[in-house]
Amino acid sequence: MTLKKISKNQPENFEFTKESLEEAKNIIKKYPKDKQQSAVMPLLNIAQKQNDNWIPLSAMKYIGKFLEMPYIKVYEVATFYSMYNLSPVGKNFIQVCTTTPCMIRGASKIVEACKEKISENENELSKDKSCSWIEVECLGACINAPMMQINDDYYEDLNKEKALKILEQIILGKKPEPGSYRGRLNSEPENNRKTLLDIKNA
Amino acid sequence: MLNDKDRIFKNLYNDSGADFNSAKKRGDWSNTKEICAKGKDWIINEIKLSELRGRGGAGFPTGLKWSFAPKKVGSRPHYLVINADESEPGTCKDRDILRFEPHKLIEGCLITSYAVNAHICYIYIRGEYYNEGQKLQKAINEAYKNNVIGKNASDTGWDFDIYIHYGAGAYICGEETALLESLEGKKGQPRLKPPFPALIGLYGCPTIINNVETIAVVPTILRRGGEWFSKLGKSKNTGTKIFCISGNVNNPCNVEEEMGISLKELIETHAGGVVGGWDNLQAVIPGGSSMPLLPKAICDTIKMDFDSLIAEKSGLGTAGIVVINNDQDIIKCMARIARFYKHESCGQCTPCREGSGWMWRMLERMAKGEASKDEVDMLMDVTKQIEGHTICAFGEGSAWPVQGLLRHFKNEIKKRNKFDPIVKEKKNIPYLVDQHLLDKNA
Repeated sequence: MTLKKISKNQPENFEFTKESLEEAKNIIKKYPKDKQQSAVMPLLNIAQKQNDNWIPLSAMKYIGKFLEMPYIKVYEVATFYSMYNLSPVGKNFIQVCTTTPCMIRGASKIVEACKEKISENENELSKDKSCSWIEVECLGACINAPMMQINDDYYEDLNKEKALKILEQIILGKKPEPGSYRGRLNSEPENNRKTLLDIKNA
Repeated sequence: MLNDKDRIFKNLYNDSGADFNSAKKRGDWSNTKEICAKGKDWIINEIKLSELRGRGGAGFPTGLKWSFAPKKVGSRPHYLVINADESEPGTCKDRDILRFEPHKLIEGCLITSYAVNAHICYIYIRGEYYNEGQKLQKAINEAYKNNVIGKNASDTGWDFDIYIHYGAGAYICGEETALLESLEGKKGQPRLKPPFPALIGLYGCPTIINNVETIAVVPTILRRGGEWFSKLGKSKNTGTKIFCISGNVNNPCNVEEEMGISLKELIETHAGGVVGGWDNLQAVIPGGSSMPLLPKAICDTIKMDFDSLIAEKSGLGTAGIVVINNDQDIIKCMARIARFYKHESCGQCTPCREGSGWMWRMLERMAKGEASKDEVDMLMDVTKQIEGHTICAFGEGSAWPVQGLLRHFKNEIKKRNKFDPIVKEKKNIPYLVDQHLLDKNA
């Protein structure tokens, strides 16, 4: 079970912007009538995106009213799932996978890179307040370990130098190309491919 | 090695594009109408004939699962739910299917829905796979545009809609009833079974839940016949499977192979061998982190299928193979897995919520050599207290890897931890496990 710290500084009000409102209405349409509670997770996600990557309590109250469900049920969901940030994080949110498959390929080096470039501790904003990092559990790219996720993108097949370079660019406000950083094609065995060669060479 | 023409996922590495036209060239959507025209019973029978077992970890026969759905739709609609909440450490096969073979999945969804009388399918993707979800959404939009799904899908007369629902970083939502809770907009805490989802599932309606890989192989099986599939692999463990080989190997990769292939061949041929040579192998986790590890002696000869691995007190699980060589500290590796389970326990059942934390803390101390010799057996006791005493299989999933470590590397732990109980040492260690001894002495 994850421990969640709720930010002490809470904004008074929260409201969906016009775009968010439109998106939310489209999402509710996916679910059967009277089952709009199903939309609570996507709506929390929209709120998080709209509010600089974290969800204030007022947003939970707003979503509760929006979906006609009790505030406590929204709160329950928001505190249960680890992807909802309940206190401010960096605009660039870096998640480093350190579960065993990544660990044995050297994930601790990526953590070192984050400590050097961003901040000494997890969940701490960088000097320019644009980035923060966190260690997370398996991100499901074990073949491409070690790896990290920056916002929505996966950066794979890293080592310390490559991670440092990516973080430098992120801090400069650029968006480096996601994907494998050893130049391999997705999850194929590098230089050792023995299957489906006809299709590859076609 | 499996012949290329018997591979189902021809675009596993994205050599030829994941879009509708490329997928069509590979044979997807070619005769969906004719397949459905053969009838629901024929489809279910053909899948039964193929002996396809679920690819999500438990290995339940797919055809049998489908036959549990009510034959006639009553007052409640039927649903199909696809489990794409792939978060088992060591596993990343579904990610490649979502990215590169989305049309196999979508076509599988249509055929399955037709067979189990569902008009609506939800695909539950883990929140971190946002980009993969976007790629799947693009494929779904293409499919709508080409009228292969939607109203009168593929001209079968069947109306069919697919929606994507994103999770938000909870491993437990890969458990089918927790996934349904999550889909209903609640905390992902598993439900008691029975009733099984096939009768009372999503919104209380009959629901069939399958893994991505299971559904994605369905169209090919029906096209080439259940008999073709059942001839691959061995009896009761038929067909092909995507193996994910990660960890200390020279070329970590995903590869589709026949069931029952030997582990050694898989690692040596496809993954370029163990780093430092086969003799440098320490242990292998054969089926994602929940499955007990196997020491080198067993790895030399083991075959990768459900029943062979069960005979060695492990399991095929999701076929996520994590190779650990002699350069790694095996206790540390398992302590990290225990931390994963401590983090991901949903907190509903006490043995799992508390026990997963105990196991993690004990293993952390054992890795450092700070545990007493009594604690090795105490740890085994803790795993036995969790196993079988929880609502869902997470309890087993967290206890088995620790049991595997104790089964095969007990001497290693004992060598490192040979103290008397800490109470006697008067050491100041937080989370003192033998606190009760202290109280007794006082």
